[in-house]
Amino acid sequence: MTIQFSVLLPFIVAAFIPFLYRRFSKFHIGWVVLAVPVLLFTLLATYIPRIANGKTFVKTYEWIPSFGINITTYLDGLSMIFSLLITGVGSLVILYSIFYLSTKESLHHFYCYLLLFMGAMLGVVFSDNLIVLYAFWELTSVSSFLLIAFWHHRKASRAGARKAMTITVSGGVAMLAGFLMLYAASGTFSIREILASVEVVQKSTLFIPAMVLVLLGAFTKSAQFPFHIWLPDAMEAPTPVSAYLHSATMVKAGIYLVARTTPIFGGHEMWFWAVSGIGLVTLFWGSFNAVRQFDLKALLAYSTVSQLGLIMCLFGLGSAALHLGYSTESVIYTQATFAALFHLINHSTFKGALFMMVGIVDHEVGTRDIRRLGGLMALMPFTFTIAVIGSFSMAGLPPFNGFLSKEMFFAATVAIGNLDIFALDSFALVFPIVAWLASIFTFIYSVIIVARTFLGDVKPERLENPPHEAPFGMLISPFILISLVVGIFLFPNVLGHYILQPAMASIYPGFPSSSQLTPHISAWHGINTELLMTLGVVVVGVILYKTLKKWRPLYQLFPQRYSFNAYYERIIGFSEKFSGTLTRRYMNGNITYYFIYIFLFFVAIVVGYSFMTDVFTWDPSNDASVASYELILVFVMIFAAVALLFAKARITAVLLNGVLGYSVAFFFVIFRAPDLALTQLVVESVTTALFLLSFKFLPDLRPERASKMIRLIKATISISVGATVTVVGLAVLNYDKFKPISAYFEDSYNLAGGKNIVNTILGDFRAFDTMLEVVVLFIAGLGVYTLIKLKAKKGDADVEN
Amino acid sequence: MKINDVILRTVVKAVVFIVFTLGIYLFFAGHNAPGGGFIGGLVLGSGIVLLYLTYDIETVHRGMPFDFKKVAAFGVLLATGTAVGSLFFDAPFLTQTAGYFHLPILGKTHLSSVTIFEAGVALTVVGTVVTIILSISEDE
Repeated sequence: MTIQFSVLLPFIVAAFIPFLYRRFSKFHIGWVVLAVPVLLFTLLATYIPRIANGKTFVKTYEWIPSFGINITTYLDGLSMIFSLLITGVGSLVILYSIFYLSTKESLHHFYCYLLLFMGAMLGVVFSDNLIVLYAFWELTSVSSFLLIAFWHHRKASRAGARKAMTITVSGGVAMLAGFLMLYAASGTFSIREILASVEVVQKSTLFIPAMVLVLLGAFTKSAQFPFHIWLPDAMEAPTPVSAYLHSATMVKAGIYLVARTTPIFGGHEMWFWAVSGIGLVTLFWGSFNAVRQFDLKALLAYSTVSQLGLIMCLFGLGSAALHLGYSTESVIYTQATFAALFHLINHSTFKGALFMMVGIVDHEVGTRDIRRLGGLMALMPFTFTIAVIGSFSMAGLPPFNGFLSKEMFFAATVAIGNLDIFALDSFALVFPIVAWLASIFTFIYSVIIVARTFLGDVKPERLENPPHEAPFGMLISPFILISLVVGIFLFPNVLGHYILQPAMASIYPGFPSSSQLTPHISAWHGINTELLMTLGVVVVGVILYKTLKKWRPLYQLFPQRYSFNAYYERIIGFSEKFSGTLTRRYMNGNITYYFIYIFLFFVAIVVGYSFMTDVFTWDPSNDASVASYELILVFVMIFAAVALLFAKARITAVLLNGVLGYSVAFFFVIFRAPDLALTQLVVESVTTALFLLSFKFLPDLRPERASKMIRLIKATISISVGATVTVVGLAVLNYDKFKPISAYFEDSYNLAGGKNIVNTILGDFRAFDTMLEVVVLFIAGLGVYTLIKLKAKKGDADVEN
Repeated sequence: MKINDVILRTVVKAVVFIVFTLGIYLFFAGHNAPGGGFIGGLVLGSGIVLLYLTYDIETVHRGMPFDFKKVAAFGVLLATGTAVGSLFFDAPFLTQTAGYFHLPILGKTHLSSVTIFEAGVALTVVGTVVTIILSISEDE
C-alpha cells in the first residue's frame, strides 16, 4: 500500500497547494511541501531491509483489463534506488529552495509543478506496466517543461523549456512505439511478464526495432549524444530545479529505463554497442565541452551530460555478462553494472551539492560567470568546502566516493578487453583510452570550478552584490550531500550490500547468487592499472590546466555552425516559418472557407470509400410504409429548408432553423425515441435562446455578391453533401456486415440494473464516452467564457520580455 | 425602450417551478424511463436561462448566488471522480454498482452509483449552459 500511496501523495498535495497558498500567503509554502518527500523517504527506507533480503512487492489495480493495461506497482532493488534518490534528493532540494526562492515568486506554481514532477518520477520507477510507465514518463516531460519555464517572462527560459520538451517528448513517442512492439512480441504490457518470456521476445522480428525505439526514449531523456543539446539550455530553470531535475532525477529516467530493460535486450551485440558506445561518446563530448564553458551552471550541465554518458557506458559494458550467461568469468563484467549503479548514487550526491553550491554563489554574488568570479574562498568558506569536496569527488579523487566508482569504471573498461565477443578484440582498446581522456577533461573542469571561483583575487567591481556567506538554511542541504560523499567513501560496502545488491538481482534475474555479483569495494586496491590511470589523469590534468590558456583556441576549432544545436535551431526556425505560412494560407478568417474544407473532405472520404466497397445498397422492399402524417412533417421540413435559403433577415433564418430542429424532435417522438426527442427539444430551445441573445451583436444579412462561377461551385458542394448524407442514411438500413450489437444492450436490466437502454448505455456500458463528453462540454464552455471575458485589454503591458 | 412584461413575469414565476420539477424528475427517472443526467441538466439549465431572460442578471444572481463555472467544474470532478473511485474498491475504472436499500419514507429504493456519475453530468451541463449564455449576454 505504501508504494501506491507514495505515487499518489505528491499529486494529492499538489492539488491542495493553491488553497493552502491563498490561506497562508505570508508563510513559505515550501515547508508544507517538504513534508511530502521526507515522509515518503522515511516510509521507503523502512523497506530497505526486506528488499535487501530479496523480497519484492507487487500490487495490481485493474485499469483497462481488456487491453492488459493495469496500474501495477512493483518495488524491487532497482526501483528502490531510484525512489530513494527521488525522495531523498527531493527533500534536500525543497529544503534548499525554501531559502533560495523568496515568497515574492509565485511559489504555489513552483511547488505544484515540483510535486507533479516528483509524483510522475515515482510513477515511472514503480510502474510495472509499460503503458502506465509511458504515461508517467511523459508527465515528467510536461512537468519539467513547466519547471524550466518557471521564469516564463524570460525568452531563454521559454526556449529552453521548449527544447527540452520537444526532444524528450519525441523520444518518448518513439519509446511508446517500442513498447507496443514489445507488446506485439510478448502479448503483455507487464515488464515482469515480458522478462518471464524473454526468449520469445528475443526471437521476434520486432526485437531489434523495439530495442532501437526504446533506446531512443532513454537516450533523449538522459541527454545522450546527440540529444544532449537540451540539457545545457534547461539550465534556465531556477537552480533548485536544475539540482533536482538535471542531477538527480529526470535525466536518470533514461538510465532507469536502460537498467530496467537490460534483462530483455542485454546480451545482444547491438545493445552492447549502442549503449556503451553512445555512452562513451557522450562521456567524452560532454567533458570536452564542459571545459570551455564560462557559466558555472552550463559547465555543470555539460558535466552532467558526460557523467550520464559514463553511467550509460557502464550499463552497456555490464550487459555483456548476459550474453555469456552465468559463470565465474562473466561476474567480472557484472561489476560494470555494479559500478554504474554505484556511480549513479555518487553522482546524485556530488552533483546535487555542486548545483546547490553554484546556486549559492549566484544568489549571494549575483553572477555565475567564472570570468567575473574569483577569490571567494575567504569570504565564503562553507561554500568553498562544498565546492572542493563536490568537485574532487567528481574528478575521481580520494577520499571521496567519486574515486571509488571512477576506479571501478576504469577497471571495467580495461576488463572488457579480455572479451572476444562482439568483435571486441579489435575495438576493446578504445574504451580505456577514451575513458582516460574524458577523465582528464573531467579533472580539468573540476579544478576550474574550484580555482576560478574561489582562488585568486576578488574582483568586487565585476560582481553584482558584495560577496558574503550564504544563510545557514541554504547550506544545510549541500552539507548533507557532501557528508554523504565522504560517508560513502568510508563505508561503501554498507551501500553495496543494502542498496546495490538487490538492484543487481533485478538486472540479472537469471543469475543465481546476488551476493557473488556484489564485489567488495575497497578504497585501497593495490597498485594496478586503474590506480596508474588515475595518477596519469592527475598529472596530465594539472599540466593541461596550467597551460589552459594555450589550449583555448583548440576548443574554438569546432565551428558552432555545424553543432547539433545549430541544426536544431535551423530545423525549428524552418518549421515555424513553414507552418506559419501554411496556416495563414488556409485560415483566412472566412467561415465559408472552413465549411468548404470540412464538406469537401466529408464528401471525398465518404463517396470515395463507397466506390471502393459496396456499402451503398438501397433495398426499399423491407421498409415500413410511410404514414401520411410523416409525409406532412417531411413537407414542413422541406419548406423550412428551402425557405431558409431565401431568408432576407437573420431572425427569419433563426426561426426557420428552429422549425427544422423541432420537426426532427417530432420525428423522434413518432419513432418512439422519447430520450432523443426530449434532448432534441431542449437543445433546440437553448440554442435558439443563445441565437437570440447574440442576435444584437450580429450584422444584418447581406446579399452575397459573388460571381456566378463561385456560386455554382458552392451550390454543387451543398447539393453533393446533402446527397451523400441522404444516401448514407438509406444505405445504413441495409448494412448487415456485422452482427448487430443491440442484443447485448437489451440485457441492460440484468447487466446494469436499469430499464432504460439509452441511459444504461450512457451511464454504464459506454460511460467512458459520456465522461469524456462531459469534459469536452466543460472545456467548450470555458473556451467561450475565456474568449468573451478575457479579451486582452488595450494598452496592456507587453508580457514578452 | 421599456418592455411591458407583466404577463411574461407572472407566467414565468409558475412555469420555472414546473420546469425545475420536471428537470429533477427527469434526472431521477433516467435509469428506468426517458431522462437522465444530460437531459435533466439541460432542462434545469434552460429553466435558469428562462429566469435570466425574464428578470435581470443581478436579481437572479441574488436568488442563486452560484458561480456557474465552479458548478461545471465540480460536475466534471464528480463524474471523473466516480470513474476513478471504483479503482479504490479494486474494480476496473468506471465500474458502477447498484442495489436495493430500505430507506425511511421512500421504502424499498433502487440506488445506483450511476446516479452520482449522472449528477456530475447534470451539474456540468447546467454550469456550462448557463456560463455560455451569461458570458454572451453580458458581453459589451
